[in-house]
Amino acid sequence: MYGLILRRLGIGVITVLAVSIIIFIGTKILPGDAAQIRLGQNATPENVKAFRERLGLDLPLYQQYLNWLFAFVRGDFGVSLASDVPISSLIADRYLNTVYVSVLTAIIGVPISLALGILAAMFPGSLYDRVLTFISVSLVAAPEFFTATLLVLVFVTFLGWGNAVVVGSAEGKGFFELIVHFALPITTLCFVIASQLIRMSRAAVLNVMSSPYIEMAILKGVPRRRIILRHALLNAIGPIVNVVALNLAYLVTGVVVVEVYFGYPGLATLIVQAVQTRDFVLIQGLGMIFCMTYVILMLIADIAAIASNPRLRHPK
Amino acid sequence: MPKDTETPDVIFEAEDLIISAVRDDGTQLDIVKGVTFSVHKGEVVALIGESGSGKTTISLSALGYAKPGLSFTGGEARLLGRNIAGLSTDALRPARGINVAYLAQSAAATFNPSIRINEQVTEAPVLHGTKSQEEANEKALRLYKALDLPEPETIGERYPHQVSGGQLQRLMAAMALCGDPDLLVLDEPTTALDVTTQIEVLKAFKTVIKDEGAAAIYVTHDLAVVAQIADYIVVLYNGEVKEAGPTDVIINDPQHPYTKRLMAAINPLPDAEGAEIAAPEPTAISVKGVDAGYGRGPDGEPLVMVLKDINVDIEKGKTVGVIGESGCGKSTLARVMAGLLPPHRGELMLDGERLHDRLEDRTSEELRKVQFVYQMADTALNPRQRIKDILGRPLTFYHGIRGSAKTKRVLELLEMVELPPPFADRYPHELSGGQKQRINLARALAAEPEVVLCDEVTSALDTIVASNVIDLLTRLQDETGVSFVFISHDLSTVASFSDEIVVLYAGRVAETGPVAEVLSAPFHPYTRLLMSSVPEPRMGWLEETTESQEQQAGLTAGVELSAKGCPFAPRCPLAIPGTCDVEDPPKRHGDNGHRIECHRTLEELY
Amino acid sequence: MSAPDHHEHIVAPFDASVSFDELPDAPPSQAYWPSATGWIGIAITCFWFLIAIFGPWLAPYGENDLPFPDDYSEFQASREGAFLGTDVEDRDVMSRIMYGAGRTIGIAFAATLLAYFVGVVMGIGAAVSGPRVDMVLSRINDAFLSLPTIMLGLVVVAAVGSSIPVLILTAGFIYATVVFRLSRAIGMEIMVMDFVEAAKVRGEGRWWIITREIWPNARMPLITDFGLRLIYVILFISSLSFLGLGVQPPQADWGSMVRENLGALQFGESKLAVIMPALSIATLTVSINLIVDDVSAHGGGKLSKRM
Repeated sequence: MYGLILRRLGIGVITVLAVSIIIFIGTKILPGDAAQIRLGQNATPENVKAFRERLGLDLPLYQQYLNWLFAFVRGDFGVSLASDVPISSLIADRYLNTVYVSVLTAIIGVPISLALGILAAMFPGSLYDRVLTFISVSLVAAPEFFTATLLVLVFVTFLGWGNAVVVGSAEGKGFFELIVHFALPITTLCFVIASQLIRMSRAAVLNVMSSPYIEMAILKGVPRRRIILRHALLNAIGPIVNVVALNLAYLVTGVVVVEVYFGYPGLATLIVQAVQTRDFVLIQGLGMIFCMTYVILMLIADIAAIASNPRLRHPK
Repeated sequence: MPKDTETPDVIFEAEDLIISAVRDDGTQLDIVKGVTFSVHKGEVVALIGESGSGKTTISLSALGYAKPGLSFTGGEARLLGRNIAGLSTDALRPARGINVAYLAQSAAATFNPSIRINEQVTEAPVLHGTKSQEEANEKALRLYKALDLPEPETIGERYPHQVSGGQLQRLMAAMALCGDPDLLVLDEPTTALDVTTQIEVLKAFKTVIKDEGAAAIYVTHDLAVVAQIADYIVVLYNGEVKEAGPTDVIINDPQHPYTKRLMAAINPLPDAEGAEIAAPEPTAISVKGVDAGYGRGPDGEPLVMVLKDINVDIEKGKTVGVIGESGCGKSTLARVMAGLLPPHRGELMLDGERLHDRLEDRTSEELRKVQFVYQMADTALNPRQRIKDILGRPLTFYHGIRGSAKTKRVLELLEMVELPPPFADRYPHELSGGQKQRINLARALAAEPEVVLCDEVTSALDTIVASNVIDLLTRLQDETGVSFVFISHDLSTVASFSDEIVVLYAGRVAETGPVAEVLSAPFHPYTRLLMSSVPEPRMGWLEETTESQEQQAGLTAGVELSAKGCPFAPRCPLAIPGTCDVEDPPKRHGDNGHRIECHRTLEELY
Repeated sequence: MSAPDHHEHIVAPFDASVSFDELPDAPPSQAYWPSATGWIGIAITCFWFLIAIFGPWLAPYGENDLPFPDDYSEFQASREGAFLGTDVEDRDVMSRIMYGAGRTIGIAFAATLLAYFVGVVMGIGAAVSGPRVDMVLSRINDAFLSLPTIMLGLVVVAAVGSSIPVLILTAGFIYATVVFRLSRAIGMEIMVMDFVEAAKVRGEGRWWIITREIWPNARMPLITDFGLRLIYVILFISSLSFLGLGVQPPQADWGSMVRENLGALQFGESKLAVIMPALSIATLTVSINLIVDDVSAHGGGKLSKRM
């Protein structure tokens, strides 16, 4: 089993490298020259040339890539083209907002969704199950900004609680203050991941519940609670952890939309601005951060699936 | 239900029991149509029937259980005097595992893969509070020993995937018996096992059932197995009882035509002594010194060697039966001949000329002459093609037949396999299993081949249907002069139908020759074991055969492909230590092309 | 009637002329007929596709016309002549939604078709090719699949700017990776079936095997998945537009309409300008999902496991 996990880790590292190449080349085919963008249209060719040398843009492509990669590993993301500020300081002001919202969503959304999904699987075909399935089928296909709009209408417009945008700084707030501060973005994202999580965890448990060994447990007279807790959940844990990791990875997309919708500064709004201003150094750095998070979560999903297989955990 | 010392005489009774499937539109389809029978204390009642007879559904009624989609719609199922048909799961829970226990067909699927064996075996009595964990563990240990399981003290600590299939099947018996049930329901518990494994499991079941004094319902399609274990037989067809009576009456004096047909479909091993041996014919296809395997190791040898030094000749118009247990390489041999797996060493000859190893290199003529028929009729037919297209394609592909000539030929082919013309317009899913297998045969014959490779073509079919297919094969061979390579795990089917037999063991030919020679002395020790493992439909056979030396030797050991020496050596009662396990066995030639690969001389093997 | 004595020999009455044929296999599953929720999904989806095609002719105003040029004020409430009110630039919301329908659905549909063309050709190709070709294609595909789709979209838009052809190509190729994986898996599943091997043993060429053996069996699951993929592409395009990186103003598109009119939530007299485009996307994607769910529930829900 450890061999298999090491293999997955190895593939993970290769994937991150491949991702870095895609991002690097993707931003390299940008029409226009970084030095030109930086210095503006009025710069003399001599100035541009000197600036290119300073940025290392005259080096062969592979060397530029290696320089960039090693700098990235050291935590040096370069200097923003648009604002001439080191990217690390741009990020420092904003990353906490993104992290707060994602982590709080995970802490609140995942346990609730799992409980709802597993409960639905325990009573398949019941009214509760059907209503929950219908809601999650509907929500899973709805865009984040639709869910956000609904929430704003209900809570802000009709109930008059809070604001349609997130106002003020999150700095220095405690756990519960943070939840209140980011209530709408977190609730939106919870709905987004819940619909997937409920469906997939329900399916995972139902899949296990229809296996012959569950039928055998029923025929042995094992009580219902024990069938679910000991016989079914033990075998469903792997698929469920897998589902959780996949959905957290999906948050990466959700966070982008939610930050723009509620208009508070985070990494996602930063990358959208970077795209609008064609600040490719910033895109490179942020793109790598987002993609690495995503790759790591996918990797966890894979490893969870391996680790939960009893055949691999207890080899012959 | 609390356990009292006084168990009533009648353990289970079904009375006019009706079980139905209720469709979405509310209509009701009866699966079991008013079945009546009873099981008495210490008695084994067999429910016998083919697929669709409702035998499993009936047996589960003893646990008050109906599979999802089915429900009890009439009559009573009385367990220890109480009607349990239609009771809720909660009401049934105290009885299940304690009064009545269930053994399923596939132990591999019915053991929870994430829980240790011992916990699962002892779960029922401990949860119901009839035994403490310690008492249950002691009981389990006693059962492991009684069931001849290896390392009985520690086997319970393992996970289900860490023991073999035959062992798991016996462990499931331990699981069922651990709660000292009054009634045991066994659903085809030996069907998925190899013949030699089946014997030991059957014997273990019989002993344990007798020792524990439990009554049992034994569900099977195999009359020969039933004869060994049942006291009373209920013959079912299409959800109805056709005949019921004590085992000796049903086996020796069946009255109902359906029972008679079931009995007639059993192929006993032919009496080989002095049987006629047909004159030799020219060879159609031959396999010379073939080694084959999968994957490719660093030394250029296959990673997994499946076949070693195989030599087989198939004569024109003859049938060669290839027999062996699962994993012996018999299907691989067919794949080598079909060109799907090029041999690593050795060569193939067709009509005296070298046959290309690889499918891609074969000429159209070579492809036409060698046809393949698959075991699973379901997956061998493209579900999106009509029968006429399935049969028509080889006609166009090999013979360029099109248009009305093709339509005419398709109808002829259907007639050859005894199917009516309207079948041409059907899709495969509209056919029954036996009909699909006939279409598979017709497709192979459409090419007008010299050799048809039949890979377990009857194994997935019910007894009667299988025997009809065998009759059809015999007739087709007489009509077309085609040669068959008939691959099967069932020695009696192979023997009844083949001219020659190849006995494979762990990728090597153990013995080969005309049926009469192979099935008479001298024997390879493995052939002897196989022959003694074919169940005979008479009472007392099990006891006789398990006393024999071969069966004693065959117990518990597993099949392992060995790099050197004779692979059968670890199980062989005649093995010579220091020789059999080290050196490759020599080929010893007997009469009429009879060949045995064994270190013992032919005289020693009589 | 009591149970018979267990030593009794019972023979059921029989008619000697009746033969005991093999019992038929389970009857084939019934043809698909939509359930109630399936019909709702079909009705709404058809409604939006009709709007997408005929919207510009049916719309009361042009997409950038001002219905009340004399009375300029943003976010007007529903009134005569502007059923859904006006937007941030006082344009008629309903007309813009009708114009936007064609753009949103058209781009998504074209992109999904492209994704299917590329994905299915490559996926089935990988399934029938040797392990080496398959390895190379799958590895490249995995690298793209391991990126969040929105990030890929952002990088492309940053590089070449946003226009409708760019959106179609970007979404098409991004989702081709998913289609590749699915059609490769389906192709592989069919490749190991005995009937494909039977065709190979017969000596059939690769083209026959792809067109006659694999494609007829891969068609249905792929068509069902098309609906699902269309949903994700619509959401992807709308998200990009919402971020201001998709369809560019003044062209109307549902995602960019939400972005333009986001202010309505805070200070609009009417909030319809932001609610309606968001609701349009939601009703479209949810109704497609209702159809997909209904179809795959009929087919045993196999597809949902692949998601």
